[in-house]
Amino acid sequence: VKRRLEEKLKAARVNGVSFSHTQHTIVKLLLYNLWLVFQSKGESLQDKEASLEFPSRLHSLRDRDTVTRFDREQVGKGLPTAEEAFNFFTLNFDPDPPDVIETSSRRRQKQRKTTDEDEEHEDVDEDIQEENESEEAPLVQTQEDLFVIDQSPQDFLEIRKAEYVGYQKLLQLQSELLFTPSFRTPTSIKLPENMKPRYLEDEGLYVGERPPVSLTNENILENRILKMEEGKKWFGDDGRIIALPNPIKESSTRPPLFHMEEALDPALQTVYRKAVKSKYANLYIAGAADPEGDYQLDVDVSGLIFSHHPLFSREHILGARLAQMYDQYLTRQRNNLTGHLTDKLNGLRNALRNMLESHSGLNPTQALQQRISEYNLEVRNTRHLRDSEQEKDRTLLKNIVKVWKEIKALREFQKFTNTPYKLYLRENVDRVSDEQDYEDEILAEVVELEAETEEEYQNKLAEYKKRLEEWKLCRKKQFQKAKKKKQKKKKKGQAQDDTEGEDEEQDVSESEGPTDEPPPKPEPPERPDLGSIEQWVREKALRIRRKPGEAILIPELSASANITASELCPAEKARREDVARRSLFTKILYNDKEVSRTDSRSLNTDFRVHFGQIFNLKIVNCPQSISLQVFEEIGSSCSLLAQVFLPVPEPSVVTGSVPLEEFEFSSNQRVMFDHEGVGSVPLSFEADGSNKQSLLTSGKVSCCVSWGIGDDDVPLAPPGKGHLDAVSYIGASGLYDMKKIGEWAKQSRLDPNDPKNASIMQLVASSGEVTAPEYFRLEHLQEEFNFVTDEELEKSGRFRLLKLRNQEVAEFRNYKFIPALEREVTDTVFQEYEKRLKEGEVIDTKEHLDSHRALVAKYLQKIRESVINRFLLAKHHYLLSDLVTEEEIPTIILGINLFKLAEPKRPLKPQRKERKKVTAQNLSDGDIKLLVNIIRAYDIPVRRLQSIQVRPFVEVSFQRTVLQTATADGPNPCWNEELQLPFAPNGDYSTASLQSVKDEVFINIFDEVVHETVMNDKNRGKSIQTHIEKRWLGSVKIPFSTIYSQSKIDGTFKVNTPAVLLGYSKEKSHFTNSGFDILRSLSEGTFITLFITVDPQLVPGESVREKFDTQEDERLLQASERFERDAAQRYPDRPCITTVIDLSGKTVFITRYIRPLSPPKELLDEFPNNPLEATPLVARFVSLIPSLPDQVSFSATCDLWSTCDQFLTLLAGDEEEHAVLLCNYFLSLGKKAWLIIGTAIPEGPTAYVLTLEQNLYLIWNPSSGQFYGQYDTFCPLQAVGCLVNADNVWFNIQQYTSPMRVSFDITKANLWKPFFSRTFSHPGLSSVQPEELVYRRTDRAAAAELQDRIERILKEKIMEWRPRQPTRWNRYCTTTLKQFLPKLELIRGQDVAEGHRHELQSLLGDYRISGFPLNLVFSEIRPIIEAVYSTGIHSVQASNVEFALAVYVHPYPNNVMSVWIYLASLVLT
Amino acid sequence: MAASNPSVFLLTVNGHIEGANFPEYDNLYCKYCFVYGHDWAPTTGLEEGITQIASKSSQASHRLIWNFPLATTFKSTNPSGWPQLVVSVYGPDVFGNDVVRGYGATHIPFTPGQHTKTIPMFVPEPTWRLQKFTGWLTGRRPEYTDPKVVAQGEGREVTRVHSQGFVSVSFLIMTKDMKKMDYETGPSGPANKPSATSG
Repeated sequence: VKRRLEEKLKAARVNGVSFSHTQHTIVKLLLYNLWLVFQSKGESLQDKEASLEFPSRLHSLRDRDTVTRFDREQVGKGLPTAEEAFNFFTLNFDPDPPDVIETSSRRRQKQRKTTDEDEEHEDVDEDIQEENESEEAPLVQTQEDLFVIDQSPQDFLEIRKAEYVGYQKLLQLQSELLFTPSFRTPTSIKLPENMKPRYLEDEGLYVGERPPVSLTNENILENRILKMEEGKKWFGDDGRIIALPNPIKESSTRPPLFHMEEALDPALQTVYRKAVKSKYANLYIAGAADPEGDYQLDVDVSGLIFSHHPLFSREHILGARLAQMYDQYLTRQRNNLTGHLTDKLNGLRNALRNMLESHSGLNPTQALQQRISEYNLEVRNTRHLRDSEQEKDRTLLKNIVKVWKEIKALREFQKFTNTPYKLYLRENVDRVSDEQDYEDEILAEVVELEAETEEEYQNKLAEYKKRLEEWKLCRKKQFQKAKKKKQKKKKKGQAQDDTEGEDEEQDVSESEGPTDEPPPKPEPPERPDLGSIEQWVREKALRIRRKPGEAILIPELSASANITASELCPAEKARREDVARRSLFTKILYNDKEVSRTDSRSLNTDFRVHFGQIFNLKIVNCPQSISLQVFEEIGSSCSLLAQVFLPVPEPSVVTGSVPLEEFEFSSNQRVMFDHEGVGSVPLSFEADGSNKQSLLTSGKVSCCVSWGIGDDDVPLAPPGKGHLDAVSYIGASGLYDMKKIGEWAKQSRLDPNDPKNASIMQLVASSGEVTAPEYFRLEHLQEEFNFVTDEELEKSGRFRLLKLRNQEVAEFRNYKFIPALEREVTDTVFQEYEKRLKEGEVIDTKEHLDSHRALVAKYLQKIRESVINRFLLAKHHYLLSDLVTEEEIPTIILGINLFKLAEPKRPLKPQRKERKKVTAQNLSDGDIKLLVNIIRAYDIPVRRLQSIQVRPFVEVSFQRTVLQTATADGPNPCWNEELQLPFAPNGDYSTASLQSVKDEVFINIFDEVVHETVMNDKNRGKSIQTHIEKRWLGSVKIPFSTIYSQSKIDGTFKVNTPAVLLGYSKEKSHFTNSGFDILRSLSEGTFITLFITVDPQLVPGESVREKFDTQEDERLLQASERFERDAAQRYPDRPCITTVIDLSGKTVFITRYIRPLSPPKELLDEFPNNPLEATPLVARFVSLIPSLPDQVSFSATCDLWSTCDQFLTLLAGDEEEHAVLLCNYFLSLGKKAWLIIGTAIPEGPTAYVLTLEQNLYLIWNPSSGQFYGQYDTFCPLQAVGCLVNADNVWFNIQQYTSPMRVSFDITKANLWKPFFSRTFSHPGLSSVQPEELVYRRTDRAAAAELQDRIERILKEKIMEWRPRQPTRWNRYCTTTLKQFLPKLELIRGQDVAEGHRHELQSLLGDYRISGFPLNLVFSEIRPIIEAVYSTGIHSVQASNVEFALAVYVHPYPNNVMSVWIYLASLVLT
Repeated sequence: MAASNPSVFLLTVNGHIEGANFPEYDNLYCKYCFVYGHDWAPTTGLEEGITQIASKSSQASHRLIWNFPLATTFKSTNPSGWPQLVVSVYGPDVFGNDVVRGYGATHIPFTPGQHTKTIPMFVPEPTWRLQKFTGWLTGRRPEYTDPKVVAQGEGREVTRVHSQGFVSVSFLIMTKDMKKMDYETGPSGPANKPSATSG
């Protein structure tokens, strides 16, 4: 080989240049060949190939390379000549490698030749060898080269081509590494091995149009799938991916809605229809929605056969009839009823015969006779049945033959054949036995019949005899009766024989008339004619049976007849063409919705259509109906032929297990044709048109419906009806209808052994035939849920207790341990509650001194209850802040912290830090303390005529706990002492309970007086006994509710000092030159600075968030809400009220409360000349109306504003009502007055009255009757929030709130923001106040009586409080004091005249007297007692003390009382 | 005599707060308390308690283990207000502030025997974003005014919560005299079904 190669090379070299060009082209050709050859070799060849690609470019390089190579070769073979060597270097010949290839290809050509000669297997080997050699060759040569190196130093340099990978090569490489899925996959890969693609379309099966997918995508998908495991299962038989038919319709089915020119077609107008719920919408099969619950209904529509079609020719009709009859015949034959019955008959006869034979010698017993007669009866019945069957068989056969004859005649007549029917009649007979059988049968029957008739005759005869007997008896009786009645008949009757009874009978009936009904005389039965029986039997046999010897005809219908071609019967042509034009399809309707339809199949000439399609319906709804609609298509129009309803299969019916069933259908359409088709009209086969038959289109659909089978042989049927929801079956209302339940249970065939159904079965069984209730009930279920009857519920104490607790009735709200058993509930539990309920009606006058007050108290109680109920409801509405504590965001997070850094550690003016609020839940007994910090007092009265001015101390009493400070000295003491008083709110720490604590904190200032008495005891000598006596100087009382709602009370209060303090006087001369004096001179009275709080800080009750009813305008309410919100945002500490709640719980705008109302006439009459003088009196009147904080009465922060008349009737109200009344009085007096909504101490948010008098603003405290100038230091009003009058509300938008710094000029808009402005004007709100207040005259007698009662009670109490010492009453002093009291009332406790003290002093010179008058408003007796107690007057320990008590009640109009109590203690000096 | 005619029934709750699963937090402790109705009273045992601070193990399961025993006996006359165990978990945040990590509640099982309950925990969400940030910064996250809130249904609609973590509690329940008072709590097998009581 090598040698040959070399030779070739040499030749090439010689040919050199001239050859090169042609070679070039050859190379290219060869290249391709080579590639083909080496294709299988793959990689090994790549290098070579690549180098071949660019022969021209790599030319020079190649040259060099080849040179070396050839050098080597030559070295190996023998030395080349110099010429050769020169040529080698200088000749420019074509690249060498192509030569190599060329040679190799040539070689191959040569090989081909050799293959002819050599064995084939060598060929392959050689080929490979060659390749190897050609590859190896350079390798070997390189080694050789090593030895040559010495000679040519050039060769140290290894010169190589640049390592450039060509583009094509890259592609090649990539194609090796990368998988390009978009190339076309050959079909063979996609199919299982050894399988040819099968094209269903070609086989005539319908294959839907595939959805369009781009070829690239399809290829990608196919390649991917092929790479997958079991990828081949995705491919269909035709080697393509299995795909559903394209679901998209070719063209849009929606008609165009809009036309440019004309209006919308009226038929296309959108019509609004109310949405209607689908009938089946809620009849989903339970569980069908979940993935595992898929149910599949397989509808197999096999095909249909027409038993009549309008296009039938006459022959078709006959043929169809024949076929039908033949079918009938076949079925009969299959059932072989006649044979069965004959066998049975024979069997019966044999049995009868046997029985008779075995008992022939014996007397037949009763039982035997019975059996024999039964057998006879059976034989008779069977024979009748057999006879009728035989007759039917025979008639059918006859008819078949007849119809066949008709067909034949018709074919004969029309000279062509239209139907392929052909009837063969085969004969099959065994004549001899046949005849024998026939005769036997007839004989047997005759014998039987004879026996029967005989028996019948005997029976009849017996019957006749019996009846004759009866008749005779009857007649005898009648005759005797008749004889008695009518003598003339006697003779005749006796003579008559029995046999001649007929005449007699007639006579009797004549005489007796219709009243006595005579039985007719029975007729003797006729003897049967036995001869005729045989005759009849034979006749019958002839009719219904084959004649003996006649051939048994077995019809055989075949469709083998040739139908005459259309060309041969021109009459038929039109009909046949018509038939060919028609095609049929069926629609499958599930629950009246079309779910699928078969393909359209053309109508065959034999009027059979084969569909052979199975539809798998995946169902969600309960199967209600399944139907098929058969449509006929002529050209493009189609018409509904008929509808066939298919039964919903039982769940057990699954695909594969059911045969096809045939369902008949028919249509009543009239069709007529002008060709041979008979149409669907009445038709006659007779020539004269008689015997018309009505032929309607009819036929049979063969199909079956069954449930599909899932993967694991599970029927995909929904569970049977028994598992369907009972409610969906009978409807919710039916649940109480026992009948329906029973019906349902029966229908759904509940498995009674299934434990799941136990309850229902029990119900059904127990109910039996329970009828439906005869009443209507709105809530069926109510009774079911009543676990006890209402009466029982009422009766049971336990349930009652539970109910009351649930209703949060006060007594039971926190009731613990409701007993588990009825008997443990004692009646005592309810006693208190019932008592309270009873009290609601009965007014206890004894508790109250005044019946009117009692009424008022009741009324208040009622309001309170209703409000409490409202609050209890409202309490269940929660806000986020009730549940979640969330830190407020500091407004400027960093800023404040920075400032804090700069703050001094111990500021000069320390401020109280905010304490953490504690919710009621975390509290327990003893946790709460009331802290009272008593700082200082000013201007305490000083003792008269004594060296020591005064030694005051403060005593704080709260809930009967009394604590006191140290004793200070002087009229302006400074105690700076903190007192801790325990607080026990009866174990209930809820907000509501805390708010309803009515206790008050009394802060009393006493003077400690020390008396020293020298005791002269003879035994022990002299001793000095010191008596410490405290004398009441004044008091401040603060309700706990105020402390609770304010959380702290800090300020200077005016101390309630009595108008007259015996033995004391205000010392003014002492501090005349101090600056403080100026302030003091402005105000009268004593002041005390206090700080009171509760530790830990309790969370005050939230105001009610409930929205109340209202009659106000919505716009107004919104505006007021906005107004209040704005105010709260800008000035959170300024109270702003625009709407309030009245007593009936309705929201009312505040200005409606302001209206001028005239005060009682009596008050004005006192100063007839100067109405202005009456002002203080009016204020006093108002202040005398008892105060009752809302919080105490209504246990929650809720301002209820009563109108003035309500207020005066109730005689109780808080500051707001006082203020409103006072303001209204002032307005009626002609003053300019406003209501101030602000904060004051100690009340907190409250209402005051502002009046303008002579350019001076006066601030009135309505509950004390005091007034202050605007610049009064000790004015309790601390902040002014807004001003209200009848026309408007002004909110304070000034910098300051203190009344001293506030300008009350409401006209200035930059200081006061009005509610009604130009943009929102006053809508003219009418007042809620009455036009005029009606005052009742004062009942002086009642007042006097009250006065006596109070005096008596107080005296008793004081004696009670002094259990150890005797209490002596100084009557003289008492009467004296009594005279003072009316005077005090007259001057309203102001500016006590020194005179009457002197008077008293002179009267009681011997006594050291200390005492004071108390002025109280009257509401109840209890506060009066409390006030007296707190003065501590009873605690004087001196043995020789005497007391004086005087009470004066001054009545004002409308039962407003001013109570004066003068208390004094006298010690004899 | 008292035994034959009991007027109260007893419910003994033993068990322990096993631990918690708070993937994000560590060094947590748990407070628990019982919430029960008016007709219930604890007779023995602690009504509330606080566990040690538990750190996560470095092992695979990052559970916090407290194994804090519960042993309380209640007496009652009425199953209404059946006791609930309220647990609240606290722990330090990034800045070392003690913040709440979860609230949760579960009814004490009423069938005798051993029960293990896993209580999903949740914390109230701040009302708005900034609040969330400042809460995170200051360590003052929103908390329930009273942990017992989670045992009641009233007013919960105003809160928004965020769930985090689980606490698992195992209970060993014994009851006494419940059957005598006609309360059936056992499993309703077919055997005792006919005797099902109606109040």
